Amino acid sequence: MIENIKIEYRKENSAEFEINAAPNGNPLNYKILNEKIYQIIKKGYTKVVLNNVCGQRFIGASLQGQLKIEINGLPGNDLGIFMDGPEIIVNGNSEDQIGNTMNNGKIIIHGDGGDVIGLSARGGKIYVKKDVGYRVGIHIKEFEHKFPVLLIGGTAKDFLGEYMAGGLIIVLGLEFKSDGTVSESKYPICGEGLGTGIHRGKIILRTVEDLGSRLGVGAKVYDLKKETEKTIKPYIKEFCDTFKINPDIINLKPYQIVKPISKRPFGGNFCGNLI
Amino acid sequence: MSLSHNFPSYFHIKVDREICRKCKRCTNHCSYNALSFNGEQIVSDDSKCVSCQRCVAMCPSGAIRIEKNDSYLPPHGNYTQRIRNIIWSQSGNGGVLLSATGNDRPIRSIFDDLLLDACQVTNPSIDPLRETIETKVFFGRKPKKIVFSEDLEDPNNISLKTEFMPNFEIDSPIMIGHMSLGSISYNACMAIYQAAKKLNILAGSGEGGLHQDFYEYGPNIITEIASGRFGVDINYLQNAAGIEIKIGQGAKPGHGGHLPGEKVNSLISQTRMIPKGSDALSPYPHHDIYSIEDLAQLISALKEATRYTVPIGVKIAAVHNSAPIAVGIVRGGADFLTIDGFRGGTGAAPRIIRDHAGIPIELAIAAVDSRLREENLRDEVTLVAGGSIRYSADLIKAIALGADVGMCCMPVLIAMGCRVCQQCFRGLCSWGIATQQEYLVKRLDIDVARNRIINLFHSWNEELKEVLGAMGIDSVESLRSNRDRLRYIGPNPKIADILGVKHAGE
Amino acid sequence: MKWNNYTSLVEKFRNQRVFDGCGISGYINLDKKRDNGEQIIDMLSILSERENGLGAGFAGYGIYPKYKEYYALHLLIDDEDSKENLIRYLGDFGNIIQSEPIPTKIPPNVNNPPITWRIFYEPKHKESISDDAQMVRLIMKLNDTFDGVFVISSGKNMGVFKGNGWSHEIADFYQIKDYKAYMWLAHSRFPTNTPGWWGGAHPFNLLGTSVVHNGEITSYGTNMRYLESFGYKCTLFTDTEVIAYLFDLLIRKQKIPIPITTIALAPPLFTTIENMEQKYQIALKNIRATYRSAMLNGPFSIVVGLNYPKPTLIGLSDRKKLRPLVAAISNDENSVFLSSEEASFKRLKLCEDYNFKRIWHPKSGTAIIAQVGKGLLRDGRESPFEKINLKVEGTIGG
Repeated sequence: MIENIKIEYRKENSAEFEINAAPNGNPLNYKILNEKIYQIIKKGYTKVVLNNVCGQRFIGASLQGQLKIEINGLPGNDLGIFMDGPEIIVNGNSEDQIGNTMNNGKIIIHGDGGDVIGLSARGGKIYVKKDVGYRVGIHIKEFEHKFPVLLIGGTAKDFLGEYMAGGLIIVLGLEFKSDGTVSESKYPICGEGLGTGIHRGKIILRTVEDLGSRLGVGAKVYDLKKETEKTIKPYIKEFCDTFKINPDIINLKPYQIVKPISKRPFGGNFCGNLI
Repeated sequence: MSLSHNFPSYFHIKVDREICRKCKRCTNHCSYNALSFNGEQIVSDDSKCVSCQRCVAMCPSGAIRIEKNDSYLPPHGNYTQRIRNIIWSQSGNGGVLLSATGNDRPIRSIFDDLLLDACQVTNPSIDPLRETIETKVFFGRKPKKIVFSEDLEDPNNISLKTEFMPNFEIDSPIMIGHMSLGSISYNACMAIYQAAKKLNILAGSGEGGLHQDFYEYGPNIITEIASGRFGVDINYLQNAAGIEIKIGQGAKPGHGGHLPGEKVNSLISQTRMIPKGSDALSPYPHHDIYSIEDLAQLISALKEATRYTVPIGVKIAAVHNSAPIAVGIVRGGADFLTIDGFRGGTGAAPRIIRDHAGIPIELAIAAVDSRLREENLRDEVTLVAGGSIRYSADLIKAIALGADVGMCCMPVLIAMGCRVCQQCFRGLCSWGIATQQEYLVKRLDIDVARNRIINLFHSWNEELKEVLGAMGIDSVESLRSNRDRLRYIGPNPKIADILGVKHAGE
Repeated sequence: MKWNNYTSLVEKFRNQRVFDGCGISGYINLDKKRDNGEQIIDMLSILSERENGLGAGFAGYGIYPKYKEYYALHLLIDDEDSKENLIRYLGDFGNIIQSEPIPTKIPPNVNNPPITWRIFYEPKHKESISDDAQMVRLIMKLNDTFDGVFVISSGKNMGVFKGNGWSHEIADFYQIKDYKAYMWLAHSRFPTNTPGWWGGAHPFNLLGTSVVHNGEITSYGTNMRYLESFGYKCTLFTDTEVIAYLFDLLIRKQKIPIPITTIALAPPLFTTIENMEQKYQIALKNIRATYRSAMLNGPFSIVVGLNYPKPTLIGLSDRKKLRPLVAAISNDENSVFLSSEEASFKRLKLCEDYNFKRIWHPKSGTAIIAQVGKGLLRDGRESPFEKINLKVEGTIGG
């Protein structure tokens, strides 16, 4: 189904391979771009650099193993869908549904993320430097040693952690100025419907805002205990290292944590009498 | 003394004390606690009886009979006992009523109003016992046309140019519908998959993932991607004959799913890839599908993820606008399309939706098939139809209306022993089918259940051949959408219009 | 002959399937040498036990060399008004090169004979749509909605002559003997119900494709609904109509090679396919899957005439061989004959001292294909890809 794809293997001795995703200014069809990536990986390359990416979808879909994909440009929807292991670095913003149903691996966005990040992800890490959109971390899960972590440097919008069934979401509420300085964001840490239907997992928000009125059904807010704070330290450190942020600013505000009221938020809503 | 609002029981368990040996087998087998031994004799609590008939089947002396307890309510043609029970039940607990299996309202079946044609004189009927009648179906997307290049100078030089999409073959136009491990037991799943493999037909995985033990049956299994994405990883995607994006289910269009945490034992946990005891909630919509182009995106994502080697389909419940929705789905790249009618079954669904939402599958097949033809898309796609295909007659009529493959679940459960007590959501199935409790599951003998399913569909396939033979058709593809061979005898000619079927006698 | 019901079925029989048994014959001269109609009349009329006087017809290819560039519309018309309407209508969409009566010999005392008319026609050329496609659309429209007019044929340099009567009467009425053709098809009919109408007789034609048919297609509903997807209107309620359209769709529109088309319409059984080598399996399974709605089921034998891509005569019977078909080739190997019964060939020998090199019975579901300039390509006794050099260049599943 793919037309003949000619690949020039330029760096014979390197494990790294560069692809121009828009030769002569014409973005490749996603099928062709992804087939190229697939072929290159089959050849044994472990790092692929994609230049001039412009909205191509499904990059990294279902890839497995120790691979690195660096993206210069704007990847399209479903970046890293069903991915199981590789690391994707995006030098810029991303579109929606990154890390959809991801099993393992890491996605790093040096910019803003879109809506529905990490939908139903079972494992892996998604680090977004700046702000994210709606329904982020919806229905993320956890299983055995798999534990998805979403770390957002900026702020989130409505329905953060909706239907959440495991894992960890952290939102820091920082603003990254174009001159490289970091300050507290002037926007709310998150929107309405926070943790609606959450039945497992934690949402940790670095804020002093009153979250009570924004909580969705089944969610409750607590102050973060010291021992829990300790468990998130490694993620914060990794985040700061990744995006070269001075960790001092992070310590200026306390955290609040959103957890499920019960494991069965809607258990009493149904009854099954014999009719 | 407070007034009892408990409504009267449906059933009365009658134990013939003359012949009862007091062996207590019935009390052991009753998973609903309706029978017990009080030290002297077997006593019954009629209010707990669901008439699953396990005690009747297990009593060595044949001493038990379940009778209908219907003599006490003042009769009313409008406020039937059913309506009164619904009101009593809701005013007792204030919840949404759950139900299982398919719509139980006595709505007229359109299949039953359709009659089949047979040959007389102008063409000969075919004897299926002595002549070949083909029932093979190719499952997947076909091209609109095949491109050949022909050497006009030498017409014997022919090149076939088309690159075909993945298709696989099944030996009968039958699919066992999607029932997840969780909604039914491990033994029931195993019996179904083994039967599907033996018959080379299809079975659905349901939306609960695929247990490792079932991977070897992958070539006969359509796996499902539902809004919960349970058990979905790359192995799940690549170990299937086809992948189906579940948008809706006939029993509960527009509704999600909910497997309560207490059913998530280690088996279910491994399969769904969620921690033990954790609720498995399927959101109402897919949260990456809010529009038709988003569905196209998920179809494309699955094709990318499987490197274009597996047919990707979409299942929708039959609703009022199924026809234009179906066109959008096929345009969106679906290789097969499954429609589930309003009588389709469920392990658990709100009664209000099960009993009142959706449209009959007969009308949905006709509307979808016709609309796809108007858009010249029909023959590219495989159309699977289910939602109360009860026996081979329904299967045959569904194909003649336009389906490629008929899908069913209840006949399979009934073949394995189900008595249709409609309590699946309670997880207490005394026949070991719709339960996760080990002591109940082991009541279902996999070999026996598998053989009964094989027998059932073998007989359906033979009956299909009988009908094809009588119609003078030697291959099932010539029955598909052959509405010319159907006639309508029901009370409403408008239905015949929508079905594109003439009235009997015309 | 029945002097009524020329352009449409009587109302009470509308929307009813017409069933018939029949005799069919046809032959082609592979050098394109033209014969008058005497032989075909002889071949057909000997089969009189197969007809009951309720319909017959002929198709001749090569009969209008003077107008071979133009679509030759053969028309049955009820009255002068309808004719004038039609001519005005056609004028809007193209050029009428010549408009004239088809000569007929109307017996005395006939009150209301049909107007048999022919128009040599050229549609306005358009960028967006081929002439052929325009003509198909026009003919579908005329036959579906235009009162008092029925187009019985529309190909270039060919024509169909048909009506409600015995074959010898129809031959006489149209003076078939006066036409010279290199390929002839003929049909005599035994319909089950009496209200035969002139347009409902065989051959059925669309552009260069003409079909005569014996038997009944049990897959009619499936085939009809398939064709409707591609814009064909099956208004005549006979299975022969759908066969003609299937040949038009596959050969003219989709450019499927003729041997492959006949395989798609009467494919081998899966049990046969599964014993073949891999590339044939790939081809045949995909042909069956893709054209599953085009497959013809039930008893049939057909003789098909085509003038695209090259003038070709095709004979085909169902894969269970429920209807008869016999073939013959002349001593000089220049003419190929097909008929329901061998008696047709015997008759030619008796009457015209015609000698055949070989007379044979083709296999069921296997096409005989004779093409001008190429000879007898297939004699109907081959396995599906025998003689064919098939290359499978596409792949399966990406």
